[in-house]
Amino acid sequence: MQAAVIVFPGSNCDRDVAVCLEAAMGQAPLMAWHGDAALPKCDLIVLPGGFSYGDYLRCGSMAANSPIMREVVAQAQKGAAVLGICNGFQVLTECGLLPGVLMQNTGLNFVCRNTRLTVTNNKTAFTAQYAAGEEITVPVAHNEGNYFADDDTLKQLQDEDRIAFTYAPSDNPNGACLDIAGISDKAGRIVGMMPHPERRAEAALGGEDGKRMFTGIVEALS
Amino acid sequence: MKATIHITLKNGVLDPQGKAIENALGQLGFGGVNEVRQGKLIEVDLDESDPAKAEAALAEMCEKLLANTVIENYQIHLNDA
Repeated sequence: MQAAVIVFPGSNCDRDVAVCLEAAMGQAPLMAWHGDAALPKCDLIVLPGGFSYGDYLRCGSMAANSPIMREVVAQAQKGAAVLGICNGFQVLTECGLLPGVLMQNTGLNFVCRNTRLTVTNNKTAFTAQYAAGEEITVPVAHNEGNYFADDDTLKQLQDEDRIAFTYAPSDNPNGACLDIAGISDKAGRIVGMMPHPERRAEAALGGEDGKRMFTGIVEALS
Repeated sequence: MKATIHITLKNGVLDPQGKAIENALGQLGFGGVNEVRQGKLIEVDLDESDPAKAEAALAEMCEKLLANTVIENYQIHLNDA
């Protein structure tokens, strides 16, 4: 399988994600630069965390309009699996592949800590190796992770079973609507999440709860 | 032609920064402040001299990049040279 990690100026989790993908796939993913207008056909594309374009204007807004994203959107619409983590989730909402927006945390602080998550939907292409309702611990590190969408969109996400991860109600770090930590598209092949599974993907990092995101998608695509 | 674009949060969208500013004003002793909402002001200088065409172009810029219409409204003001 072919996987790619998109690297924007200001991405800072791209290499961490590449390590996780290489461990899961047995081969290194392609690292694709934001200014490239072409991208080889990919089965999996990851938009990593970081501060693309310095978070200018709105988080993810400049990256969403970069040359490579036209290609990412085109491949996503043809069925490529796409994972956006943290800033990558913000890019996915800004480019319209996922609904809603990530607003500033209600506490006005950058929050960097472990969060307890519930795997709300284990039927996405990325979450099949988790049990439905399983509680996992994955760290967040963001200032704009407060998921917001209008009531109709939230209801649609619930009705279509598109909420992939929620924060434990007492552990919502940012004020996100419905405690949403991650959502998917209707087909479950595009997932965006604020927590960083790549930062908890081996024992040396304090736990392996995030690892199954990567082994799961590799299994699903193999 | 120069233009200014005001980008503001839609009604009902929580504005934590506006709330913090509102609280700070209260702490500084400014009474009677009912609400503070924070937005953005963007200045654009265009080659276009026809107001209607300029406004249409700016609206497209707002829709595509300058505003996120999920949470933000925009108002375009053309400034006479």
